[in-house]
Amino acid sequence: MKRWLPVIVFFILVGFFAKGLFLNPREVPSPFIGKPAPAFTLPLVGNEAQSFSPSDMRGKVWLMNVWAPWCVSCRQEHPVLMSLARGQSVPIIGLNWKDKDREAAMLLSTQGSPYYAVPDDLSGKVGIDYGVTGTPETYVIDRQGIVRMKHVGPIDMDVWKKKIEPKLKELGA
Amino acid sequence: MIPELGHFALIVALVLALTQAILPLAGAQRGNLTLMAVARPAAQGQFVFVALAFGCLAYAFLSNDFSVENVARNSFSQLPEIYRFTATWGSHEGSMLLWVMILAFWTAAVSVFSRHLPDDMVARVIGVMGLVSAGFLAFILTTSSPFTRLVPAPMDGRDMNPLLQDWGMILHPPMLYMGYVGFAVAFAFAIAALSSGKLDAAWARWSRPWTTVAWAFLSLGIGLGSWWAYRELGWGGWWFWDPTENASFMPWLAGTALIHSLAVTEKRGAFKAWTVLLAIITFSLSLLGTFLVRSGVLSSVHAFATDPARGSFILGFLAVVIGGSLMLYAWRAPKMLTGGAFTWFSREAMLLANNVVLLAALGSVLLGTLYPLFMDAMGMGKISVGPPYFNAVFVPVMAPMLFLVGVGPLARWKEASLPDMFQRLKWALAVAVVTGFLLPLTLKGFNPWATLGFALAIWILLTVLLGFRDRLKHGARLGSLPRAFWGMQLAHLGLAWGVAGITVVANYEMERDVRMNVGEFTELAGYTFTFRGATERPGPNYRAARGTVEVSKDGRRIAVVHPEKRVYNASGMPMTEAAIHPSFFRDIYVALGEPLDDQGQAWAVRVFYKPFINWLWIGALLLVAGGFLAASDRRYRIALRKLAVPSGAVARGA
Repeated sequence: MKRWLPVIVFFILVGFFAKGLFLNPREVPSPFIGKPAPAFTLPLVGNEAQSFSPSDMRGKVWLMNVWAPWCVSCRQEHPVLMSLARGQSVPIIGLNWKDKDREAAMLLSTQGSPYYAVPDDLSGKVGIDYGVTGTPETYVIDRQGIVRMKHVGPIDMDVWKKKIEPKLKELGA
Repeated sequence: MIPELGHFALIVALVLALTQAILPLAGAQRGNLTLMAVARPAAQGQFVFVALAFGCLAYAFLSNDFSVENVARNSFSQLPEIYRFTATWGSHEGSMLLWVMILAFWTAAVSVFSRHLPDDMVARVIGVMGLVSAGFLAFILTTSSPFTRLVPAPMDGRDMNPLLQDWGMILHPPMLYMGYVGFAVAFAFAIAALSSGKLDAAWARWSRPWTTVAWAFLSLGIGLGSWWAYRELGWGGWWFWDPTENASFMPWLAGTALIHSLAVTEKRGAFKAWTVLLAIITFSLSLLGTFLVRSGVLSSVHAFATDPARGSFILGFLAVVIGGSLMLYAWRAPKMLTGGAFTWFSREAMLLANNVVLLAALGSVLLGTLYPLFMDAMGMGKISVGPPYFNAVFVPVMAPMLFLVGVGPLARWKEASLPDMFQRLKWALAVAVVTGFLLPLTLKGFNPWATLGFALAIWILLTVLLGFRDRLKHGARLGSLPRAFWGMQLAHLGLAWGVAGITVVANYEMERDVRMNVGEFTELAGYTFTFRGATERPGPNYRAARGTVEVSKDGRRIAVVHPEKRVYNASGMPMTEAAIHPSFFRDIYVALGEPLDDQGQAWAVRVFYKPFINWLWIGALLLVAGGFLAASDRRYRIALRKLAVPSGAVARGA
């Protein structure tokens, strides 16, 4: 029996690895799922006289994409968001997070903006309220202003088709 | 055209690997010499074709062929030539190709340096290595081809990850893989011995020099990796217990246990079953590391881009290779008779204790590394395990091992006498303990961790000297001592050296984070750092803010260092390039943080005083030198020369 022990231990490990392949270690569950999206009021990038607040979106299903001009994976995500915005399926709010070099307006005017509005979270305080761990992160928020889903990392077509789009359908967007 | 040639060469290599695996193994089983004779030419041919594929990929990188997706993703026209070459193995696909090329290299080396081995043994060893190689070649060709074209070709590439643009990265992966993959030789010998049923100690003698060389390469690779992290990450740390680091450290721990248990099996015929199992475990951990780093099951700072198809392939392959080997072991193990009885206090017992402790350390690292995965898979939440766990568990486990390093080499085989041993070692023990207590008192007061570290380092140093004195007392001259003995002592001395370095740097390093305006200064550990401003400076593929910091001591200027903050052109990624002023007893380490005002006058500056940090790398180099020296011992070469002629003659006669 003793000599079979290494084989048994090994195959138990393999079982865990097989399960692990379908889990995402970077995905930390947000305690905000099912809770109202934290309120805030921030000026808009490129138009500081106006401001944005989540209550403006009442009655709509919307996405809040946390991004920053200095974030490399956000640039990777940008063309995907552009094509989603062209599809007009759901408004995307781009929370501009800790943009200390003030590059967002310039970047969006040259590369194109997928966003319905771009609130400017210079201090990063709103990010803290939402529990942002890194950029990019995307929140799905429903008609009542409840956070329904959070995605960590860039959105690609695969994530969109398998994860976000089904959720939007479920919420009736 | 060239990339397609490379792809084709890989397909040919796969066919050759399958030939190399199937025919000689079948031949060995049936006693067919013709089939067995296929092993050597097939292995050498496989190496030629894998090397050709690698050359094609390197050419694509050097010639900026951005129509190849791998080149477009990982290189850039402005990248200096040397990094364009190293970018060949900077990606997942390229590094897999390097992995297979090194495996093919080791197999070819076995095919050349195995003239003295029985034909069926050679056929089995090369056959097993062919099986492993075939698996990885199939993996590359089906899921990770580095030769995939991109249509239309982009104008320029996305650049190599700036972190990898350092010359530590030129050497680190090849050395690491030489070690990782080199354990495949010991593994193949173990499987060959198991499958042939000839479970005497001969296979241990044959595989010993190979294992030692692989271990030395792995030590060098890990040392280089740590040195790279220290210089390049800008945090002044040298080991982070990151899953990727652990993935290379676990085979090292198992390999260290293996070279010690091989010694017992070769010399005394004991631990046969255990040594076979350890050889399988060591290479399995190399494979496991490959899986962990490339499948995305663990979250790591420097994991490769992940893809479930790749993870599933490697996991399946792992299940077949490791699961199959362990089953073979379970089936054959009862046939292994244990020879050479020994008492509880003997060199065998000490080496067994060494193995137990190393495996306990390995277990604790494995548990810490996989714990987040276990919790997640069982739906018990997401957690991460950090350095506090590893330091708390690993250090206490290693302390008894370091103590044993002093006793083991001085103990007799079979049976040693405890009172006699105590007589010989009491002074060394007393000196080590007393100095261990006194040294911290002369520095910063009582510190139990520093005491432990110093006492163990001095203990090893003294027992190494005692080992030499013992040999000389029995009439040997220094020059006539075997290289295996020198190698062992040098490696143990390297361990003591490294332990001393770690003890000092972990307990007495200092750092300070300050805001500095031009002309302002700060003090740390008796050194004065004066900030002379930062200027723009363009690099080949980046723009840098280059700071100037004057370092002086007692009013005398000793160095002007230039830490840089770089932004890479293609990726826009910022990088901290720390400036280090090294010396034998300390490093001065200065890193530039963020600019704190719009005029570029004020910067965040981080200064470190790192005493004895270089002793770590010196210790690692001694460890490596010891390994190579031991593997070059005369008796392995004599055995080669003596047997080369008769076995050749027999083959011709038959």
